[in-house]
Amino acid sequence: MIEAAGLSKRYGDKLAVDQLSFSVKPGQVTGFLGPNGAGKSTTMRMILGLDAPTSGAVTVNGKPFRQAAHPLREVGALLDAKAVHGGRSAYNHLLCLAQTNNLPKKRVDEVLALVGLNAVAKKRSQGFSLGMGQRLGIAAALLGDPKVLMFDEPVNGLDPEGILWIRNLMKALAAEGRTVFVSSHLMSEMESTADHLIVIGRGKLVADCTVQEFIDNNSELSIRVRTPQLEQLGALLAEKGGIARADGEDALVVTKLGMTQIGDLAFDNQIRVHELSPIQASLEQAFMELTKDSVEYHAAVPAGKGA
Amino acid sequence: MSAMTDTPAVFGGMTPLPEASGRAGFSGALRSEWTKIRSVKSTTWTLAAAIIIGVGISALGNWGQANHTTETAAQLAQKDLVQRTMFGIILGQLVMVVFGALAVTAEYSTGMIRTSLSAQPRRGNVFLAKLVVLTVVAFVVGEIISFASFFIGAHFWATKGVSLSLSTHGALQAVAGGGLYLVGAALLAFGIGAALRHTAGAITLGVALLFVINIITNFMPTSWQQDIDKWLPYNAGSQVWATQHTADVGTAFGAWAGFGVYIGYAVIALLAGLWVFQRRDA
Repeated sequence: MIEAAGLSKRYGDKLAVDQLSFSVKPGQVTGFLGPNGAGKSTTMRMILGLDAPTSGAVTVNGKPFRQAAHPLREVGALLDAKAVHGGRSAYNHLLCLAQTNNLPKKRVDEVLALVGLNAVAKKRSQGFSLGMGQRLGIAAALLGDPKVLMFDEPVNGLDPEGILWIRNLMKALAAEGRTVFVSSHLMSEMESTADHLIVIGRGKLVADCTVQEFIDNNSELSIRVRTPQLEQLGALLAEKGGIARADGEDALVVTKLGMTQIGDLAFDNQIRVHELSPIQASLEQAFMELTKDSVEYHAAVPAGKGA
Repeated sequence: MSAMTDTPAVFGGMTPLPEASGRAGFSGALRSEWTKIRSVKSTTWTLAAAIIIGVGISALGNWGQANHTTETAAQLAQKDLVQRTMFGIILGQLVMVVFGALAVTAEYSTGMIRTSLSAQPRRGNVFLAKLVVLTVVAFVVGEIISFASFFIGAHFWATKGVSLSLSTHGALQAVAGGGLYLVGAALLAFGIGAALRHTAGAITLGVALLFVINIITNFMPTSWQQDIDKWLPYNAGSQVWATQHTADVGTAFGAWAGFGVYIGYAVIALLAGLWVFQRRDA
């Protein structure tokens, strides 16, 4: 269980995290979503006490992380797979971490085997691929059999096999009753992993709900209409308050009007309709919709019609 | 909710961890820091370089001087030849600065510090454990340099009829002091490194304080030099590896008073480092 109350972090005149309050519950995977620069990593660093909050507080299993008797048994975290000394072997990296919490040496060998790195245990980690580095970070997170697991963008740069492995691992950890808190800016990734979502934009909480609720609440249903009389139908839809945009040569994507309304309108005006279908809103779309006003770094839209 | 019953237990087949007892603290941090320092090649390289440079320069310098001196044995006996045998410390200290700085700055340059502090968030334990391990290692290496330098140098001077031994007046303290001086250099650099969190910056400042500053004061008016000279870190600290305590200008400190001043600088750097280590975001 992670509980944040009024958590804020200011860097100079920039408010990176703004009055964030949420709780991450055990037994499920909680996705921590936000565009790049939304404050996800800063929040995770504050949970671990690496950064001190400007105001507010955050506790792990009821107390500040710094007070945990055995920190590695409390929280296993993978914030940055590159946060290792590349000149140290995988084994010694894990050993020096295990020793801080008086964990047995045997545990190091066991977590190395668990993540599949036992063959390269004595190799210096600077020669590791991105995926191997990620596995080493996860081995470190699992050292203390922790109640809470925290992963910051764990699938970044992984191959599909690695992504699947991490996804299953997170689900399995949650199924064992652990608290799993995982950040991502890839909505599609969360859609297939998370049970619950905490969404932030520009440091502020924008949603705290289940994945399904998030989609339902934040995406407008849109409808695709294929017709040879594109312009005629487009004008009629606009008259009725619909918002239509062209989707290729012969189709429109319509929002603000229901499927029945569109069908009836076409029928009444003797417009041929070759297709009328709802477009399933994905988490990606819902997320874009919700955070479009709070994206830190907007890419300039190329000339022509914006999406 | 992921009510996945078919997912295997993550830790299935692993030995359950022993029951947690007590609290993760200093002793664990100490073992961890020992593992850290012995498991990277940069430690071996820097310490080997310190020994090779420290002992090598001492040996070369004393071999050359002993061979070329025109002074008689009686004249030479008036000089502080004990300190001269450890001449290489002047350059060896610079390598010790690198060693001391890297002991903490490498954690920041690699990002390892965030992993370290996630395992032991009570930062005072980590800082103190690093400090103890650094001190012990620097002490062993420092004494190797000073004693090896002394015995090699004594061998060269013996060919000139000057007999140097540890029982020579003040020799044992001076030779042991040579190692202690090198510990001080490592501690100073460690404190600066913790405060600056930057390898190059820490090494530059450490070298400036122990070496460059002495060159700069040579260009100052003599009256200024008299006031400042004995307070310079090198001048104060080097009294502990000398058997004679008269500086070129001004009055020198005694062996332990000088060493106290020198360690005082290191302590100031360490306190600044500790403050930053504890307070600043990692």
